[in-house]
Amino acid sequence: MFVKQLSVFIENREGRLEQVTDVIRKENINILSANMADTTEYGVLRMVVSDPVRARAALVEKGFSAMLTDVLAVKLVDQVGELHRLTHIICSQGLNIEYMYALASKDRRAMMVKASDGETAAKAILEGGMELYSNEEMCR
Amino acid sequence: MIWAKEETMSREEIEKIQLERLKETVQRVYGSVPAYRRKMEEAKVAPEDIRTLKDLQKLPFTTKQDMRDNYPYGLFAAPLKKLRRIHASSGTTGKPTVVGYTEHDLEVWRECVARLAVAAGGSEDDIAQICFGYGMFTGALGLHYGLEKVGAAIVPSSTGNTEKQLMYMKDFGTTLLVATPSYAMRIAEVAKEIGIDPAKDLKVKTLVLGSELMTEAMRKELHKAWGEDAKITQNYGMSELMGPGVSGECLELNGMHINEDHFIAEVIDPKTGEVLPAGEKGELVVTCITKEALPLIRYRTRDITRLMYEPCPCGRTTARMENLSGRTDDMLKIRGVNVFPSQIEEVLINTDGIGPNYEILVQREHHSDILTIRVEVEAEGMMDSYRALEALERSLKERLRKMLGLDCRIQLVSPNTLQRFEGKAKRVIDLRKEGKESV
Repeated sequence: MFVKQLSVFIENREGRLEQVTDVIRKENINILSANMADTTEYGVLRMVVSDPVRARAALVEKGFSAMLTDVLAVKLVDQVGELHRLTHIICSQGLNIEYMYALASKDRRAMMVKASDGETAAKAILEGGMELYSNEEMCR
Repeated sequence: MIWAKEETMSREEIEKIQLERLKETVQRVYGSVPAYRRKMEEAKVAPEDIRTLKDLQKLPFTTKQDMRDNYPYGLFAAPLKKLRRIHASSGTTGKPTVVGYTEHDLEVWRECVARLAVAAGGSEDDIAQICFGYGMFTGALGLHYGLEKVGAAIVPSSTGNTEKQLMYMKDFGTTLLVATPSYAMRIAEVAKEIGIDPAKDLKVKTLVLGSELMTEAMRKELHKAWGEDAKITQNYGMSELMGPGVSGECLELNGMHINEDHFIAEVIDPKTGEVLPAGEKGELVVTCITKEALPLIRYRTRDITRLMYEPCPCGRTTARMENLSGRTDDMLKIRGVNVFPSQIEEVLINTDGIGPNYEILVQREHHSDILTIRVEVEAEGMMDSYRALEALERSLKERLRKMLGLDCRIQLVSPNTLQRFEGKAKRVIDLRKEGKESV
Protein backbone atom coordinates (compact mmCIF):
# COMPACT_ATOMS: atom_id res chain seq x y z
CA MET A 1 0.00 0.00 0.00
CA PHE A 2 2.81 2.41 0.89
CA VAL A 3 5.78 3.40 -1.16
CA LYS A 4 9.12 3.90 0.58
CA GLN A 5 10.22 7.44 0.07
CA LEU A 6 13.86 8.33 0.59
CA SER A 7 14.32 11.56 2.56
CA VAL A 8 17.73 13.20 2.85
CA PHE A 9 18.58 16.14 5.05
CA ILE A 10 20.72 18.59 3.15
CA GLU A 11 22.15 21.81 4.50
CA ASN A 12 22.18 24.68 2.09
CA ARG A 13 25.78 24.46 0.97
CA GLU A 14 27.35 24.46 -2.42
CA GLY A 15 27.62 21.03 -3.98
CA ARG A 16 25.73 19.19 -1.31
CA LEU A 17 22.83 18.13 -3.52
CA GLU A 18 25.24 17.00 -6.19
CA GLN A 19 26.98 14.74 -3.70
CA VAL A 20 23.67 13.04 -2.94
CA THR A 21 22.78 12.38 -6.55
CA ASP A 22 26.31 11.15 -7.13
CA VAL A 23 26.03 8.54 -4.39
CA ILE A 24 22.73 7.29 -5.84
CA ARG A 25 24.03 7.23 -9.39
CA LYS A 26 27.07 5.20 -8.37
CA GLU A 27 24.78 2.63 -6.79
CA ASN A 28 23.09 2.37 -10.18
CA ILE A 29 19.77 3.39 -8.65
CA ASN A 30 17.21 5.31 -10.65
CA ILE A 31 15.56 8.46 -9.29
CA LEU A 32 11.93 8.50 -10.37
CA SER A 33 10.93 11.71 -8.70
CA ALA A 34 12.56 14.27 -6.49
CA ASN A 35 11.27 17.19 -4.60
CA MET A 36 12.83 19.93 -2.51
CA ALA A 37 11.34 23.06 -1.00
CA ASP A 38 12.91 26.48 -1.11
CA THR A 39 14.44 27.16 2.28
CA THR A 40 17.38 29.20 3.44
CA GLU A 41 19.40 27.05 5.80
CA TYR A 42 18.60 23.44 4.95
CA GLY A 43 16.21 21.35 2.99
CA VAL A 44 14.80 17.87 2.89
CA LEU A 45 15.30 16.15 -0.43
CA ARG A 46 12.45 13.70 -0.94
CA MET A 47 12.83 11.10 -3.62
CA VAL A 48 11.22 8.03 -5.03
CA VAL A 49 13.99 5.75 -6.20
CA SER A 50 14.22 2.31 -7.73
CA ASP A 51 15.87 0.83 -4.64
CA PRO A 52 15.19 2.92 -1.55
CA VAL A 53 16.71 0.55 1.00
CA ARG A 54 20.02 0.28 -0.79
CA ALA A 55 20.06 4.01 -1.62
CA ARG A 56 19.54 4.88 2.01
CA ALA A 57 22.30 2.55 3.16
CA ALA A 58 24.70 4.05 0.64
CA LEU A 59 23.88 7.60 1.75
CA VAL A 60 24.19 6.82 5.44
CA GLU A 61 27.48 5.15 4.71
CA LYS A 62 28.65 8.43 3.16
CA GLY A 63 27.59 10.33 6.25
CA PHE A 64 24.24 11.70 5.14
CA SER A 65 21.12 11.81 7.24
CA ALA A 66 18.73 9.71 5.23
CA MET A 67 15.58 7.90 6.18
CA LEU A 68 12.68 6.04 4.63
CA THR A 69 9.15 7.35 4.98
CA ASP A 70 5.91 5.68 4.02
CA VAL A 71 3.99 7.72 1.48
CA LEU A 72 1.10 7.01 -0.87
CA ALA A 73 1.58 6.91 -4.63
CA VAL A 74 -1.86 7.66 -6.04
CA LYS A 75 -2.39 6.85 -9.70
CA LEU A 76 -3.71 9.83 -11.62
CA VAL A 77 -5.45 10.04 -14.94
CA ASP A 78 -4.50 13.03 -17.09
CA GLN A 79 -7.82 14.89 -16.98
CA VAL A 80 -9.61 17.85 -15.48
CA GLY A 81 -10.62 17.45 -11.84
CA GLU A 82 -8.42 14.45 -11.14
CA LEU A 83 -6.35 16.09 -8.41
CA HIS A 84 -9.48 17.53 -6.87
CA ARG A 85 -10.93 14.05 -6.69
CA LEU A 86 -7.94 13.03 -4.57
CA THR A 87 -7.90 16.08 -2.31
CA HIS A 88 -11.62 15.78 -1.82
CA ILE A 89 -11.34 12.19 -0.62
CA ILE A 90 -8.60 13.04 1.84
CA CYS A 91 -10.32 16.19 3.01
CA SER A 92 -13.64 14.47 3.58
CA GLN A 93 -11.90 12.12 6.00
CA GLY A 94 -10.79 15.12 8.03
CA LEU A 95 -7.16 14.42 7.18
CA ASN A 96 -4.33 16.79 6.26
CA ILE A 97 -1.91 16.52 3.41
CA GLU A 98 1.51 17.26 4.83
CA TYR A 99 3.14 17.42 1.44
CA MET A 100 2.73 16.05 -2.04
CA TYR A 101 4.59 16.06 -5.30
CA ALA A 102 4.17 14.54 -8.72
CA LEU A 103 5.85 11.56 -10.27
CA ALA A 104 5.84 10.84 -13.96
CA SER A 105 8.01 8.09 -15.28
CA LYS A 106 7.37 6.27 -18.55
CA ASP A 107 4.25 4.26 -17.72
CA ARG A 108 3.67 5.63 -14.24
CA ARG A 109 1.88 8.81 -13.39
CA ALA A 110 1.24 9.47 -9.69
CA MET A 111 0.83 12.01 -6.95
CA MET A 112 3.07 11.19 -4.01
CA VAL A 113 1.13 12.04 -0.88
CA LYS A 114 2.09 12.21 2.77
CA ALA A 115 -1.16 12.37 4.71
CA SER A 116 -1.53 12.96 8.40
CA ASP A 117 -2.88 9.43 8.73
CA GLY A 118 -1.59 7.24 5.92
CA GLU A 119 -3.64 4.15 6.71
CA THR A 120 -6.98 5.94 6.79
CA ALA A 121 -6.12 7.97 3.70
CA ALA A 122 -5.15 4.84 1.77
CA LYS A 123 -8.37 3.11 2.67
CA ALA A 124 -10.47 6.10 1.68
CA ILE A 125 -8.61 6.52 -1.62
CA LEU A 126 -9.22 2.90 -2.55
CA GLU A 127 -12.83 3.10 -1.51
CA GLY A 128 -13.19 6.29 -3.49
CA GLY A 129 -12.28 4.37 -6.62
CA MET A 130 -8.71 5.54 -7.07
CA GLU A 131 -5.67 3.29 -7.25
CA LEU A 132 -2.36 3.15 -5.43
CA TYR A 133 0.99 1.96 -6.67
CA SER A 134 2.61 -0.59 -4.41
CA ASN A 135 6.24 -0.37 -3.40
CA GLU A 136 6.99 -3.32 -5.69
CA GLU A 137 5.38 -1.58 -8.66
CA MET A 138 7.41 1.53 -8.00
CA CYS A 139 10.75 -0.02 -7.18
CA ARG A 140 11.51 -2.12 -10.17
CA MET B 1 42.87 69.21 28.54
CA ILE B 2 43.75 67.11 31.56
CA TRP B 3 41.15 66.75 34.29
CA ALA B 4 43.16 65.85 37.39
CA LYS B 5 46.64 66.56 38.65
CA GLU B 6 46.96 62.88 39.55
CA GLU B 7 47.23 62.17 35.85
CA THR B 8 50.53 63.99 35.53
CA MET B 9 52.40 62.91 38.64
CA SER B 10 55.91 61.54 38.47
CA ARG B 11 56.36 57.78 38.66
CA GLU B 12 57.71 58.14 42.22
CA GLU B 13 54.65 60.09 43.32
CA ILE B 14 52.28 57.62 41.72
CA GLU B 15 54.04 54.67 43.29
CA LYS B 16 54.12 56.32 46.69
CA ILE B 17 50.37 56.84 46.61
CA GLN B 18 49.80 53.33 45.29
CA LEU B 19 51.82 51.73 48.06
CA GLU B 20 50.07 53.71 50.79
CA ARG B 21 46.66 52.86 49.44
CA LEU B 22 47.53 49.25 48.76
CA LYS B 23 48.69 48.71 52.34
CA GLU B 24 45.57 50.32 53.67
CA THR B 25 43.31 48.26 51.39
CA VAL B 26 44.99 44.96 52.21
CA GLN B 27 44.76 45.71 55.90
CA ARG B 28 41.09 46.50 55.52
CA VAL B 29 40.03 43.48 53.48
CA TYR B 30 42.04 41.22 55.77
CA GLY B 31 40.09 42.59 58.70
CA SER B 32 36.64 42.73 57.18
CA VAL B 33 36.32 40.11 54.44
CA PRO B 34 36.58 36.56 55.79
CA ALA B 35 36.95 35.13 52.28
CA TYR B 36 40.01 37.31 51.69
CA ARG B 37 41.48 36.56 55.07
CA ARG B 38 41.17 32.85 54.34
CA LYS B 39 42.82 33.20 50.97
CA MET B 40 45.67 35.21 52.45
CA GLU B 41 46.16 32.74 55.26
CA GLU B 42 46.29 29.91 52.75
CA ALA B 43 48.91 31.84 50.81
CA LYS B 44 50.72 32.49 54.12
CA VAL B 45 50.74 36.21 53.66
CA ALA B 46 49.72 38.81 56.23
CA PRO B 47 49.03 42.53 55.69
CA GLU B 48 52.39 43.34 57.29
CA ASP B 49 54.15 41.49 54.50
CA ILE B 50 53.14 44.18 52.04
CA ARG B 51 56.03 46.62 52.32
CA THR B 52 56.73 47.48 48.70
CA LEU B 53 54.63 47.53 45.57
CA LYS B 54 56.42 44.40 44.46
CA ASP B 55 55.01 42.62 47.50
CA LEU B 56 51.65 42.82 45.79
CA GLN B 57 52.79 39.70 43.98
CA LYS B 58 52.60 37.76 47.22
CA LEU B 59 48.84 38.21 47.36
CA PRO B 60 46.53 35.62 45.86
CA PHE B 61 44.47 36.42 42.80
CA THR B 62 40.74 37.07 42.83
CA THR B 63 38.74 35.48 40.04
CA LYS B 64 35.25 35.56 38.65
CA GLN B 65 34.71 32.29 40.49
CA ASP B 66 35.39 34.05 43.80
CA MET B 67 32.68 36.53 42.89
CA ARG B 68 30.26 33.67 42.25
CA ASP B 69 31.25 31.76 45.36
CA ASN B 70 30.62 34.82 47.47
CA TYR B 71 27.38 35.92 45.83
CA PRO B 72 25.97 38.41 46.55
CA TYR B 73 27.83 40.33 49.26
CA GLY B 74 30.56 37.97 50.46
CA LEU B 75 33.46 40.02 49.13
CA PHE B 76 32.10 43.37 50.28
CA ALA B 77 34.37 45.17 52.71
CA ALA B 78 31.89 47.80 53.81
CA PRO B 79 28.77 47.31 55.91
CA LEU B 80 25.58 47.20 53.82
CA LYS B 81 24.35 50.30 55.57
CA LYS B 82 27.06 52.28 53.84
CA LEU B 83 26.05 51.17 50.36
CA ARG B 84 24.52 53.76 48.07
CA ARG B 85 24.27 51.78 44.86
CA ILE B 86 24.18 48.19 43.68
CA HIS B 87 24.83 47.13 40.11
CA ALA B 88 25.08 43.74 38.50
CA SER B 89 26.76 42.52 35.37
CA SER B 90 25.35 40.01 32.93
CA GLY B 91 25.06 36.68 34.63
CA THR B 92 27.05 33.95 32.97
CA THR B 93 25.88 30.92 34.89
CA GLY B 94 22.57 32.00 36.23
CA LYS B 95 23.69 34.35 38.96
CA PRO B 96 24.88 37.79 37.97
CA THR B 97 28.00 39.43 39.38
CA VAL B 98 26.96 41.89 42.04
CA VAL B 99 28.92 45.03 42.77
CA GLY B 100 28.31 47.79 45.28
CA TYR B 101 29.35 51.37 45.91
CA THR B 102 29.53 53.53 48.98
CA GLU B 103 29.16 57.30 48.72
CA HIS B 104 32.95 57.53 48.52
CA ASP B 105 33.05 54.89 45.78
CA LEU B 106 30.49 56.77 43.72
CA GLU B 107 32.60 59.91 44.01
CA VAL B 108 35.73 58.04 42.93
CA TRP B 109 33.76 56.59 40.05
CA ARG B 110 32.58 60.00 38.90
CA GLU B 111 36.14 61.27 39.15
CA CYS B 112 37.60 58.40 37.13
CA VAL B 113 34.98 58.72 34.39
CA ALA B 114 35.40 62.49 34.31
CA ARG B 115 39.09 61.97 33.56
CA LEU B 116 38.51 59.59 30.69
CA ALA B 117 35.73 61.75 29.28
CA VAL B 118 38.02 64.76 29.23
CA ALA B 119 40.86 62.69 27.79
CA ALA B 120 38.44 61.65 25.04
CA GLY B 121 37.78 65.30 24.21
CA GLY B 122 34.70 65.91 26.35
CA SER B 123 34.13 69.20 28.15
CA GLU B 124 31.54 71.25 30.02
CA ASP B 125 30.39 72.63 26.68
CA ASP B 126 29.17 69.24 25.54
CA ILE B 127 25.67 67.97 25.21
CA ALA B 128 26.28 64.31 25.92
CA GLN B 129 23.85 61.69 24.77
CA ILE B 130 24.23 58.38 26.60
CA CYS B 131 23.16 55.55 24.34
CA PHE B 132 24.07 52.77 26.73
CA GLY B 133 21.27 50.74 28.25
CA TYR B 134 20.33 52.19 31.63
CA GLY B 135 19.70 49.73 34.40
CA MET B 136 21.82 47.21 36.23
CA PHE B 137 24.61 47.65 33.71
CA THR B 138 27.34 49.97 35.03
CA GLY B 139 28.09 51.60 31.67
CA ALA B 140 25.22 54.05 31.39
CA LEU B 141 25.16 55.45 34.91
CA GLY B 142 28.95 55.46 35.08
CA LEU B 143 29.29 57.71 32.05
CA HIS B 144 26.21 59.66 33.08
CA TYR B 145 27.59 60.84 36.40
CA GLY B 146 31.16 61.24 35.17
CA LEU B 147 30.10 63.50 32.32
CA GLU B 148 27.80 65.40 34.62
CA LYS B 149 30.78 66.05 36.86
CA VAL B 150 32.69 67.38 33.88
CA GLY B 151 29.83 69.82 33.42
CA ALA B 152 28.26 68.44 30.27
CA ALA B 153 24.49 68.39 29.76
CA ILE B 154 23.31 64.80 29.79
CA VAL B 155 20.71 63.33 27.45
CA PRO B 156 20.01 59.93 29.02
CA SER B 157 18.43 58.43 25.95
CA SER B 158 19.50 54.83 26.65
CA THR B 159 19.40 52.30 23.82
CA GLY B 160 16.77 51.46 21.25
CA ASN B 161 14.41 53.47 19.09
CA THR B 162 17.28 54.70 17.00
CA GLU B 163 15.21 57.12 14.94
CA LYS B 164 14.15 58.92 18.07
CA GLN B 165 17.76 58.94 19.25
CA LEU B 166 18.60 60.72 16.03
CA MET B 167 15.81 63.19 16.51
CA TYR B 168 17.21 64.09 19.95
CA MET B 169 20.68 64.33 18.49
CA LYS B 170 19.54 66.70 15.80
CA ASP B 171 17.09 68.81 17.77
CA PHE B 172 19.05 69.01 21.01
CA GLY B 173 22.34 69.60 19.23
CA THR B 174 24.12 66.63 20.80
CA THR B 175 27.90 67.01 20.56
CA LEU B 176 29.12 63.95 22.42
CA LEU B 177 27.92 60.42 22.00
CA VAL B 178 28.38 57.54 24.43
CA ALA B 179 27.68 54.11 22.97
CA THR B 180 29.19 50.76 22.13
CA PRO B 181 31.18 50.90 18.89
CA SER B 182 28.59 48.70 17.22
CA TYR B 183 25.68 50.84 18.29
CA ALA B 184 27.48 54.00 17.14
CA MET B 185 27.77 52.32 13.76
CA ARG B 186 24.14 51.29 13.80
CA ILE B 187 23.02 54.83 14.61
CA ALA B 188 24.96 56.09 11.61
CA GLU B 189 23.34 53.47 9.40
CA VAL B 190 19.85 54.38 10.49
CA ALA B 191 20.69 58.06 10.06
CA LYS B 192 21.58 57.46 6.44
CA GLU B 193 18.39 55.51 5.88
CA ILE B 194 16.31 58.46 6.99
CA GLY B 195 18.36 60.97 5.06
CA ILE B 196 20.66 62.29 7.77
CA ASP B 197 24.40 62.45 7.16
CA PRO B 198 25.90 62.20 10.66
CA ALA B 199 29.09 63.92 9.60
CA LYS B 200 27.31 66.94 8.12
CA ASP B 201 23.85 67.16 9.63
CA LEU B 202 24.69 66.38 13.26
CA LYS B 203 26.96 68.18 15.70
CA VAL B 204 28.30 65.00 17.26
CA LYS B 205 32.06 65.32 17.13
CA THR B 206 33.14 63.29 20.15
CA LEU B 207 32.39 59.60 20.41
CA VAL B 208 33.23 58.04 23.75
CA LEU B 209 32.89 54.34 23.12
CA GLY B 210 33.15 51.33 25.36
CA SER B 211 31.81 48.10 26.80
CA GLU B 212 33.02 46.14 23.83
CA LEU B 213 36.28 45.93 21.98
CA MET B 214 36.77 48.40 19.14
CA THR B 215 39.15 47.21 16.47
CA GLU B 216 41.07 49.73 14.38
CA ALA B 217 39.03 48.58 11.38
CA MET B 218 35.90 49.54 13.27
CA ARG B 219 37.34 52.93 14.19
CA LYS B 220 38.06 53.56 10.53
CA GLU B 221 34.50 52.65 9.58
CA LEU B 222 33.17 54.92 12.29
CA HIS B 223 35.26 57.80 10.98
CA LYS B 224 33.76 57.29 7.55
CA ALA B 225 30.31 57.62 9.05
CA TRP B 226 30.82 60.30 11.69
CA GLY B 227 33.48 62.33 9.92
CA GLU B 228 37.25 62.16 9.68
CA ASP B 229 37.50 65.03 12.14
CA ALA B 230 35.41 63.25 14.81
CA LYS B 231 37.21 62.27 18.00
CA ILE B 232 36.63 58.56 18.39
CA THR B 233 38.06 56.88 21.46
CA GLN B 234 37.38 53.86 23.57
CA ASN B 235 37.66 53.27 27.26
CA TYR B 236 37.93 50.25 29.48
CA GLY B 237 36.42 48.99 32.63
CA MET B 238 34.43 46.15 34.07
CA SER B 239 31.73 46.05 36.68
CA GLU B 240 33.83 44.03 39.12
CA LEU B 241 36.45 46.78 39.23
CA MET B 242 34.10 49.77 39.07
CA GLY B 243 32.47 49.88 35.66
CA PRO B 244 33.81 52.33 33.11
CA GLY B 245 36.62 54.40 34.55
CA VAL B 246 39.54 52.00 34.86
CA SER B 247 41.23 53.42 31.78
CA GLY B 248 40.55 55.34 28.60
CA GLU B 249 42.23 56.51 25.44
CA CYS B 250 43.42 60.07 25.05
CA LEU B 251 43.36 61.73 21.66
CA GLU B 252 46.86 60.46 20.89
CA LEU B 253 45.23 57.01 20.53
CA ASN B 254 48.27 55.36 22.06
CA GLY B 255 46.54 53.02 24.44
CA MET B 256 44.27 53.62 27.40
CA HIS B 257 45.52 55.67 30.37
CA ILE B 258 44.98 53.82 33.62
CA ASN B 259 43.77 55.73 36.66
CA GLU B 260 46.75 54.53 38.64
CA ASP B 261 45.95 56.34 41.84
CA HIS B 262 42.86 54.10 42.08
CA PHE B 263 43.98 50.93 40.36
CA ILE B 264 47.23 49.00 40.22
CA ALA B 265 47.63 47.14 36.96
CA GLU B 266 49.83 44.12 36.43
CA VAL B 267 50.23 41.84 33.45
CA ILE B 268 50.75 38.17 34.14
CA ASP B 269 51.37 35.01 32.24
CA PRO B 270 47.86 33.54 32.34
CA LYS B 271 49.23 30.01 32.63
CA THR B 272 51.84 30.40 35.36
CA GLY B 273 50.44 33.47 37.08
CA GLU B 274 53.87 35.05 36.98
CA VAL B 275 54.11 38.82 36.61
CA LEU B 276 55.57 39.81 33.27
CA PRO B 277 57.97 42.70 32.68
CA ALA B 278 56.53 45.98 31.43
CA GLY B 279 55.72 45.87 27.73
CA GLU B 280 55.05 42.16 27.56
CA LYS B 281 51.68 40.88 26.54
CA GLY B 282 49.63 38.87 28.99
CA GLU B 283 46.54 38.87 31.15
CA LEU B 284 45.63 42.10 32.85
CA VAL B 285 45.31 41.87 36.62
CA VAL B 286 43.89 44.84 38.51
CA THR B 287 43.86 45.74 42.19
CA CYS B 288 41.42 48.35 43.45
CA ILE B 289 43.14 50.53 46.03
CA THR B 290 40.53 53.11 46.88
CA LYS B 291 37.25 51.29 46.87
CA GLU B 292 35.35 50.81 50.10
CA ALA B 293 32.56 48.46 49.14
CA LEU B 294 34.29 46.03 46.80
CA PRO B 295 38.06 46.41 46.79
CA LEU B 296 39.11 43.45 44.68
CA ILE B 297 42.69 42.36 45.11
CA ARG B 298 44.56 41.22 42.02
CA TYR B 299 41.44 40.60 40.00
CA ARG B 300 42.09 38.50 36.93
CA THR B 301 40.34 40.32 34.12
CA ARG B 302 41.09 37.65 31.50
CA ASP B 303 41.72 40.47 29.07
CA ILE B 304 44.93 40.35 27.10
CA THR B 305 46.97 43.53 26.88
CA ARG B 306 50.38 44.99 27.64
CA LEU B 307 51.35 47.93 29.79
CA MET B 308 53.30 50.94 28.56
CA TYR B 309 55.00 53.35 30.90
CA GLU B 310 56.64 55.68 28.38
CA PRO B 311 55.36 59.25 28.65
CA CYS B 312 52.49 60.09 26.34
CA PRO B 313 52.59 63.22 24.16
CA CYS B 314 49.26 64.22 25.71
CA GLY B 315 51.09 65.10 28.93
CA ARG B 316 49.68 62.34 31.10
CA THR B 317 52.20 60.25 32.96
CA THR B 318 49.90 57.40 33.87
CA ALA B 319 50.62 53.96 32.49
CA ARG B 320 48.70 52.97 29.42
CA MET B 321 47.26 49.62 28.49
CA GLU B 322 47.25 48.64 24.88
CA ASN B 323 43.85 48.14 23.27
CA LEU B 324 42.72 44.64 24.08
CA SER B 325 43.74 41.86 21.83
CA GLY B 326 41.50 39.14 23.18
CA ARG B 327 40.59 37.01 26.13
CA THR B 328 42.57 34.44 28.03
CA ASP B 329 39.87 31.87 27.85
CA ASP B 330 37.08 31.21 25.46
CA MET B 331 34.72 33.76 26.82
CA LEU B 332 33.03 35.68 24.08
CA LYS B 333 31.60 39.11 24.43
CA ILE B 334 28.59 39.29 22.18
CA ARG B 335 26.60 42.48 22.04
CA GLY B 336 27.97 43.29 25.47
CA VAL B 337 26.93 39.96 26.95
CA ASN B 338 29.46 37.48 28.26
CA VAL B 339 29.08 34.09 26.67
CA PHE B 340 30.97 30.96 27.58
CA PRO B 341 31.02 28.11 25.06
CA SER B 342 30.49 25.79 27.98
CA GLN B 343 27.05 27.30 28.52
CA ILE B 344 26.14 26.62 24.92
CA GLU B 345 27.47 23.11 25.22
CA GLU B 346 25.31 22.51 28.25
CA VAL B 347 22.17 23.37 26.31
CA LEU B 348 23.17 21.24 23.32
CA ILE B 349 24.05 18.21 25.37
CA ASN B 350 20.61 18.29 26.93
CA THR B 351 18.81 18.43 23.62
CA ASP B 352 17.52 15.32 21.92
CA GLY B 353 17.94 14.80 18.22
CA ILE B 354 21.33 16.46 17.77
CA GLY B 355 24.85 15.14 17.94
CA PRO B 356 27.58 16.08 20.41
CA ASN B 357 29.60 18.13 17.95
CA TYR B 358 28.97 21.79 17.43
CA GLU B 359 30.53 24.98 16.15
CA ILE B 360 30.11 28.48 17.43
CA LEU B 361 30.45 31.20 14.86
CA VAL B 362 30.61 34.85 15.80
CA GLN B 363 30.59 37.48 13.13
CA ARG B 364 29.59 41.00 12.52
CA GLU B 365 26.72 41.89 10.29
CA HIS B 366 25.69 45.46 9.88
CA HIS B 367 27.99 46.26 12.76
CA SER B 368 26.23 44.03 15.19
CA ASP B 369 27.49 40.77 16.64
CA ILE B 370 25.77 37.68 15.33
CA LEU B 371 26.09 34.39 17.15
CA THR B 372 25.46 31.28 15.09
CA ILE B 373 25.50 27.77 16.46
CA ARG B 374 25.91 24.86 14.10
CA VAL B 375 24.71 21.48 15.22
CA GLU B 376 24.36 18.15 13.54
CA VAL B 377 20.89 16.69 13.21
CA GLU B 378 20.94 13.09 14.21
CA ALA B 379 17.42 12.01 14.98
CA GLU B 380 16.15 10.01 12.06
CA GLY B 381 12.54 10.71 12.81
CA MET B 382 13.01 14.40 12.17
CA MET B 383 14.55 14.06 8.80
CA ASP B 384 11.35 14.01 6.81
CA SER B 385 9.54 16.76 8.62
CA TYR B 386 10.19 20.45 8.32
CA ARG B 387 7.88 20.87 11.24
CA ALA B 388 10.04 18.71 13.48
CA LEU B 389 13.21 20.42 12.29
CA GLU B 390 11.73 23.83 12.85
CA ALA B 391 10.54 22.80 16.29
CA LEU B 392 14.06 21.64 17.11
CA GLU B 393 15.48 24.94 15.92
CA ARG B 394 12.95 26.93 17.90
CA SER B 395 13.46 25.01 21.10
CA LEU B 396 17.24 25.35 20.80
CA LYS B 397 16.93 29.08 20.24
CA GLU B 398 14.59 29.47 23.14
CA ARG B 399 16.76 27.53 25.56
CA LEU B 400 19.91 29.29 24.44
CA ARG B 401 18.21 32.61 24.94
CA LYS B 402 17.30 31.61 28.47
CA MET B 403 20.84 30.46 29.16
CA LEU B 404 22.71 33.32 27.52
CA GLY B 405 20.22 36.15 27.62
CA LEU B 406 20.85 36.66 23.94
CA ASP B 407 19.35 35.69 20.61
CA CYS B 408 21.29 33.40 18.36
CA ARG B 409 20.94 31.68 15.03
CA ILE B 410 20.84 27.94 14.69
CA GLN B 411 22.24 26.14 11.72
CA LEU B 412 21.25 22.51 11.37
CA VAL B 413 23.72 20.45 9.39
CA SER B 414 24.06 16.79 8.41
CA PRO B 415 25.87 14.38 10.69
CA ASN B 416 29.62 14.19 10.33
CA THR B 417 29.91 17.47 8.54
CA LEU B 418 31.37 19.53 11.37
CA GLN B 419 35.08 19.42 11.92
CA ARG B 420 36.32 16.77 14.34
CA PHE B 421 39.22 17.24 16.68
CA GLU B 422 41.79 15.14 18.35
CA GLY B 423 42.62 16.57 21.72
CA LYS B 424 41.39 20.03 22.46
CA ALA B 425 38.56 21.02 20.19
CA LYS B 426 38.46 24.42 18.64
CA ARG B 427 34.78 25.05 18.32
CA VAL B 428 34.70 28.80 18.30
CA ILE B 429 35.18 30.73 15.10
CA ASP B 430 35.30 34.40 15.92
CA LEU B 431 35.43 36.31 12.68
CA ARG B 432 35.38 39.61 14.54
CA LYS B 433 38.97 39.15 15.66
CA GLU B 434 40.34 39.70 12.20
CA GLY B 435 38.39 42.92 12.11
CA LYS B 436 36.41 41.44 9.28
CA GLU B 437 33.02 42.81 8.53
CA SER B 438 30.90 40.24 6.82
CA VAL B 439 28.08 42.65 6.11
